[in-house]
Amino acid sequence: MFDATAEPIVALNHIDMNFTKPSGGKLPVLAGIDVTVRDGEILGLLGRSGSGKSTLLRIAGGLIKPSAGSVLYRGAPLAGPAEGIAVVFQTFALYPWLTVLENVELGLDALGLPADEARKRAMSAIDLIGLDGFQSAYPRELSGGMRQRGGFARAMVSDPILLLMDEPFSALDVLTAETLRTDFLDLWGGHQLSTKAVLMVTHNIEEAVLMCDRILVLGSNPGRIAAEIKVPLPQPRNRLDPAFHTVVDELYSILTSRMTEAMGAQSQLHGGLVQRLPEVAATRLGGFVEVLAAAPFDGRAELAKIGRAMPLPSDRLLPLAGALHLLEFAELEGGTIKLTAAGRVFAQSDIDGRKRLFREHLLRFVPLAAHIRQVLDDRETHIAPRERFEYELEDHLPRNEAEKTMRTAIDWARYAELFAYDDRTRTFNLDRAAV
Amino acid sequence: MEQHAEVLTGGVWRQRGPGWRDLIATALVLGVVMLIGIGSRQMATPFAIEHQPEISLSPALLPLYTLRTVMRMLAAMLGSLLFTFTYATVAAKSRRAEMVLIPILDVLQSVPILGYLSFTVAFFVALFPGNTMGPELAAIFAIFTSQAWNMAFSFYQSLRTIPTDLDEASRSFRESVWQRFWRLEVPFAMPGLIWNMMMSMSGGWFFVVASEAIAVGDLQIALPGVGSYVAKAIAERDLAAVGWAILAMTVAIILYDQLMFRPMVAWADKFRFEQTAAQIVPKSWVLDLFRRSGLVAQACRPFGMAMRYGGRARLTILPSMALPRLVPRRLGDALWLATVASALIYVGWAIARYAGSALSWGDVRIAAGNGALTLARVALLVALASLIWVPIGVFVGLRPRLTARVQPVSQFLAAFPANLLFPVAVFLIVHFRLSPGIWLCPLMILGTQWYILFNVIAGASAFPSDFREAAASFRVRPWRWWREVMLPGIFPYFVTGAITASGGAWNASIVAETVSWGSTKLTAGGLGAYIAEMTEAGDYPRIALGIAVMSVLVIAMNRLLWRPLYAFAERRTRLD
Repeated sequence: MFDATAEPIVALNHIDMNFTKPSGGKLPVLAGIDVTVRDGEILGLLGRSGSGKSTLLRIAGGLIKPSAGSVLYRGAPLAGPAEGIAVVFQTFALYPWLTVLENVELGLDALGLPADEARKRAMSAIDLIGLDGFQSAYPRELSGGMRQRGGFARAMVSDPILLLMDEPFSALDVLTAETLRTDFLDLWGGHQLSTKAVLMVTHNIEEAVLMCDRILVLGSNPGRIAAEIKVPLPQPRNRLDPAFHTVVDELYSILTSRMTEAMGAQSQLHGGLVQRLPEVAATRLGGFVEVLAAAPFDGRAELAKIGRAMPLPSDRLLPLAGALHLLEFAELEGGTIKLTAAGRVFAQSDIDGRKRLFREHLLRFVPLAAHIRQVLDDRETHIAPRERFEYELEDHLPRNEAEKTMRTAIDWARYAELFAYDDRTRTFNLDRAAV
Repeated sequence: MEQHAEVLTGGVWRQRGPGWRDLIATALVLGVVMLIGIGSRQMATPFAIEHQPEISLSPALLPLYTLRTVMRMLAAMLGSLLFTFTYATVAAKSRRAEMVLIPILDVLQSVPILGYLSFTVAFFVALFPGNTMGPELAAIFAIFTSQAWNMAFSFYQSLRTIPTDLDEASRSFRESVWQRFWRLEVPFAMPGLIWNMMMSMSGGWFFVVASEAIAVGDLQIALPGVGSYVAKAIAERDLAAVGWAILAMTVAIILYDQLMFRPMVAWADKFRFEQTAAQIVPKSWVLDLFRRSGLVAQACRPFGMAMRYGGRARLTILPSMALPRLVPRRLGDALWLATVASALIYVGWAIARYAGSALSWGDVRIAAGNGALTLARVALLVALASLIWVPIGVFVGLRPRLTARVQPVSQFLAAFPANLLFPVAVFLIVHFRLSPGIWLCPLMILGTQWYILFNVIAGASAFPSDFREAAASFRVRPWRWWREVMLPGIFPYFVTGAITASGGAWNASIVAETVSWGSTKLTAGGLGAYIAEMTEAGDYPRIALGIAVMSVLVIAMNRLLWRPLYAFAERRTRLD
């Protein structure tokens, strides 16, 4: 439970993080962030992908040095990974050539313990996390859930004070994730761990509400703290509890308003050319519009409700909603999504009608796509290299974000038959889309 | 490496009376130890160039000669490993060292191996006067040069591509440089490294044979070994002796494969990075034997423990590469580049001065002309070999049972030193009075064409069966099937094989373009023959010129043809 007077375990003060642009300038990804993780709490960092939350977690763990600002671990400046801080990775990061036991022992390497003691401690960590019997297995023999248990055991074996978890459940299927979450919360709640505080990155709203005592919502471009929510519910929490729903709804509404604000702001900048596009395939949008238009939603719904009904985790749902909002097939406001007139027409059209409509909206509301088309029209050859546009993007977005945006733009344009793209030559062309 | 440990100490071995496995395993171990002992004692015997021990053509002495040859191979492999672990590690960890070390490696790997020999042999003989160690080291160094570069490259590439999550895990658990090296870096690099060791080994047999009978100008050395035995057989026109040598080499290569490489490949399977279970798990009866033999496990226990502690020890005395920054990064880079550039200018100037006094433009023209001839031959031979082996490889690769039988043979043929077969070919050419200009050429690719075959077989057998079934169900016509289904599917494999084959052909040209049989001498012209002749004459400036021209041609071919092809193949067959 959160206690504002408890001892700070790790404190991040005025953290800035810049990446270098291809043109040499600075590209801020985190700006002026203050985070304090206090004794006894699970603090969640929630944000859409690309908001810099994983970077922030790595800064707290000493894996990355911030461009500016200071990190204090139990009152002393942190210079690199320190004793008492352990990380659980999204991809588990188990060494495939070591058995589970050896992987767990790895967590003790730095302590230089005698072999017997190391083995004893590793075995008890394995017992604690429910992996006993699997200690001689190689990671590739295990299911995802068991692998992540290995990841947890490896982090716990050194009795860390601060546990950093980078989307630890997002690579697991729904059921496995649920079990592992519950097991972890049991250990945490039962005070069986020496761990005093947990910092956890997630992009799943329900998971954050289920686990955290306090949630920080990160806004993007550059990442800064947009909101702080306390979750005063007692553990174990019940997903069906109305109080639980209230917090979830509130977070949906914060995240959607952050998203629509960011979209609005981006469309003002540089003629909207550097707008970040959500990673959603055009055909999925079609499916989502159909669901929205049909009963029981009839064109209007709270995102949290859709999420429960489908069921779809927030990190899948939000990009879909964002994309519809961006293309003005729907309107997002305070956690509620409403199909526009165009959205309703879209839902009822046949495939060619949809493509026509999609193309119209793409030209009007996605300046990047319109710009590429314009350049192709202007050129005699109707061919333009991808690099040209990607370079412009990379000046304003981190590289992988630029790449994702470009992929989405290509997918949407292909669906709308606005222009074609040849991956072999990495060029855009008009192909038969010209007619 | 400490990864042995769980096999040897992990409490899985059972205490019981010695069984048949123990007997065989013990016999194997003792045998190998004894052979190494005999071989190494002979390496350090007194030696004078004027009174060299006469090589005898008696088949009874062949096993001993073969042992010496194998020992050289082993020594070179150890040297290559040591080189790989140091050179590649420094290159991967220091940005500034990388700027210099990697281009150097790139050039080194294009220099014809037999070229090194003529330069280094005099140096090594002078280093250990009156001891066999000198020429031995020269030969070992030549084999080393045929193995080390691609191993170092592979290790460097692995170090550069360590997945971020594993890197972060290692850093967050604060492993020391030493722990990280043995726990993360070496295991991650292992599959690539072992594969490259195998390739190196295959190539190495060729050079081990070629480097034993050394003749540079007046310096004539014949180290006891299979290569010298064959050289002697050629001088005395003894075809039966050549036959014996071929037999001895065959046995040696098979033993080497079974006792050393099979177990290593099977053992290294656990380092595969993919998290899914493999379809084909490499097996080795030797490894199984050792793993199951309780006696061996017990005997190896202290050894395993030592390695275990060795890998876990922190050894923090090793510098972590992050040295304090004395000058700003850009200034440091500028200083470093200036140093490198001035060294380059000095070397260039020294070479120009030396070459200018000894060589004329006419020499360059001759060497370049010869180079063009050899280039044409290599291109033609690779094309020809591809035409023959690609269809055969596909045919075999699509039939799993045939593959299981043919693949080991093709790998064996790739490893077999083709130069042992040269005398047979030369005998035939002389006997039937064939034109050496044409009939000597196939010798260049005799040994390396198998790389094309076994890579194509590997590609075809890895071709997803649902792709094949799709093609079959749509009744794709044969022509389209080849052009649009099979050839793109095996293309990356084919390119890998063709690169190796062409590199090998360049190297082989030095011994293949000019050959002899007793006093009969056949020459096909070309750059290889040019280098061979200059070596025989001891004309160092022209040897250097020939080698330089060959290196330039090889580098050009790699840059202009193979690399783009490889990049294209990789991009095109990727699905994500």
